[in-house]
Amino acid sequence: MYFGLSEDQIFFQENVTKFLEDQASLDVIRAITEGDAGEAQKEINSGLVNLGLSALLIPEEFGGLGLDLLFATAVSQSLGGGVAPISYTGSFVMAPLAISHGGSKKQKEKYLTKMSENSIRFGVGFSEYIGARDGSAIEIKNNKISGRALFVLDAQDASHLMFADSSGAIGVVASDAPGVEIIQLTAVDKTRSYSEIKLNNVDVDVLELTISSKDAINKSIDGGRIILAADSIGASQRLIDKAVEYSKERKQFGRVIGSFQAVKHMCAEMTSDLEPCYAMVWHAAHCFDNSPGEARLMACHAKSHVSDISKTIAKKATEVHGGMGFTDLMGVHYWFKRIGVNRQALGAPEVVREEAAKIQNF
Amino acid sequence: MDLNYGPEYEEFRKEVQEFCKKWDGVNFTKTAVVPMSMSFKETGKTVSRSEWQSILIDQGYFARSIPKEYGGFGGHSDVIKNRIIASEFSNAKIPPAMGGQGIDMLVPTLLELGTEDQKKQYIKPTLHGEMIWCQGYSEPNAGSDLASLQTKGELIDGNWVINGQKIWTSTAQYSQMMFCLVRTEPDAQKHAGISYLLIPMDTVGLDVRPLVDMTLKSGFNEVFFTDVTIPEGNIIGKRGEGWAVANATLGHERGSLTDPNATVNRVNSLIDRMKEETLDGRRLIDIPVYRDKLMALQAKVMAFQSNSLRVLSSKLNKGQDTKIAGMIQKLVGTELRHELEGFAVDVMGEIGTLYEDSPNLRDNGSWQFLYMLYLGLIIGGGTSQIQKNIISERGLGMPREPKVQGV
Repeated sequence: MYFGLSEDQIFFQENVTKFLEDQASLDVIRAITEGDAGEAQKEINSGLVNLGLSALLIPEEFGGLGLDLLFATAVSQSLGGGVAPISYTGSFVMAPLAISHGGSKKQKEKYLTKMSENSIRFGVGFSEYIGARDGSAIEIKNNKISGRALFVLDAQDASHLMFADSSGAIGVVASDAPGVEIIQLTAVDKTRSYSEIKLNNVDVDVLELTISSKDAINKSIDGGRIILAADSIGASQRLIDKAVEYSKERKQFGRVIGSFQAVKHMCAEMTSDLEPCYAMVWHAAHCFDNSPGEARLMACHAKSHVSDISKTIAKKATEVHGGMGFTDLMGVHYWFKRIGVNRQALGAPEVVREEAAKIQNF
Repeated sequence: MDLNYGPEYEEFRKEVQEFCKKWDGVNFTKTAVVPMSMSFKETGKTVSRSEWQSILIDQGYFARSIPKEYGGFGGHSDVIKNRIIASEFSNAKIPPAMGGQGIDMLVPTLLELGTEDQKKQYIKPTLHGEMIWCQGYSEPNAGSDLASLQTKGELIDGNWVINGQKIWTSTAQYSQMMFCLVRTEPDAQKHAGISYLLIPMDTVGLDVRPLVDMTLKSGFNEVFFTDVTIPEGNIIGKRGEGWAVANATLGHERGSLTDPNATVNRVNSLIDRMKEETLDGRRLIDIPVYRDKLMALQAKVMAFQSNSLRVLSSKLNKGQDTKIAGMIQKLVGTELRHELEGFAVDVMGEIGTLYEDSPNLRDNGSWQFLYMLYLGLIIGGGTSQIQKNIISERGLGMPREPKVQGV
């Protein structure tokens, strides 16, 4: 019995963290989010792809690394810690899961091989399956797809897009196909891309198994939720580290503020809230990989619980920094905002908790 | 990640399940010495508390790693087996072995720091439930700042003569013995002036007065000492080493306060209750606001349970670093239980406040009782605020509060 990450997973995680420390300093992140560092973003992207991120979850027979979701979860913690400007959740996790579980043999060969070479990349628009807002809807009929997807992940540099209708059928289209209109959204988190996409009678390749089974859409969403939770854990841990570090330097009333119990207790609360989240998210990923019966409930609970904990940490860690925490100079807000979007994407907490209740037939 | 215990342990699990089947519905001849919240159905299988202890020890289901010569099973310590026993017993509603401060705190201390004679004299009857212990630590003016305790012990003609007062002494009214922190070196620095003494509760001059707590049930005591005289040899460690001796046991208490399986069972009971209770004819579990909060709590409990698995893993895999995961258990576990029990009271509304033997009482009043009891556990054994000091100072390396001059 061993409950925790393996040496390989930790080693890989540390490599990603180190790469981001070297290549994606706060100044670089700031420049990227201001639209002034397209080249730097490309380099970070290709560096992470060279480390293997795009191929993690693609089976070996299609040229991928054939690793499991727990491995991808470990990586996600590092990406959240470094507020990495990369299309990970949609392109590298949800899309390969959707195709692996929902594609025919032919579809897998067609897409997964090219994905492992990073010559094609997917944006993922499943919000209409999880919970349609503002009247958005997707309709797939007679090999055509129409409608509007409101919050598509990672569409910005994607060659392909996938959408789900309310029945869980997943349709794939080329980003440049006639009838596809991509509208870039501006969310608080600018380290990743979010788009609204309008589809007008576009040629679609429906993943074959998804016509009659929800397995692929569920797998993809469960996996995406666990990955977003892990990203928030990474971001939260970095915020706690920053807050503790700052509190040991900043002096008021002749003492470092970290010696005041008011501040210490905030840090202790953050850490004791966050620590069980690690175990929970690893456990959820392990169930995803090994015990499908428990996986859906655990993925839901991991997503909603970590979202709540991270929200509180984002607030408290900012407060420990005092007025400086509120400034762009200190940059705490990049993590605050990343956590903010992770919380709403793929189902806000109340939405996910209702799913958790239904999964248990309540 | 590997959550399998392996075939050897699955065999062991079957063995424990057989045992549970055999003793299904076991009951005690008289009220257990230590109050228990479990209730048992009437069956023909009746044993005394100490017989039950012996049965469990003979099976190796209790006191596993304690040597035979001291009354234990004489096997190897095995955290997985302990875990299997706890969960199978809990599933089968078989009463677990007795706990209490003698077994959980004194026995480990004796094994680590006691003399050979002390081990022989005290461990066996303690394990068999024949010698109940209470803990004499806190005083009216020494709570979180325990080391400022003032109960005085003087060595006069080969005897310790003790004067002073202890408080929050659970089970003192049933106990034969007390392990007690006493200031024996008044001139030494505060932590260095304390000794760890063993006091028979029937000694002349020792007066136990019940201190009723808010549950009106569990019962602490105040214990007063007036020239209580005990032999010089009733000490663990040397004079002035009591603080270190006590710290060897405080760790045991923090670990033992929170059982994740019990918390999971409690959520499941709450779910059952919410399927039965109605508000305006609707089942509570169908009411969105209750349903949402229930799911949030279930998620929290799941996180706590996963965290415990990780802590368990670190005991099996040397070198796995889970320092903070272990350090937060007392704080998180007690706060979580209090929140859970309180939520159950809330969903039941007025019915949730019914108590003792009231008409319309649900589940023996256990929700309201445990809601209050866990407030006590949040405070006892190092308050949540003290836990936060420990986590921030030892876990996060934050500086201590500056000391006030002269204290």
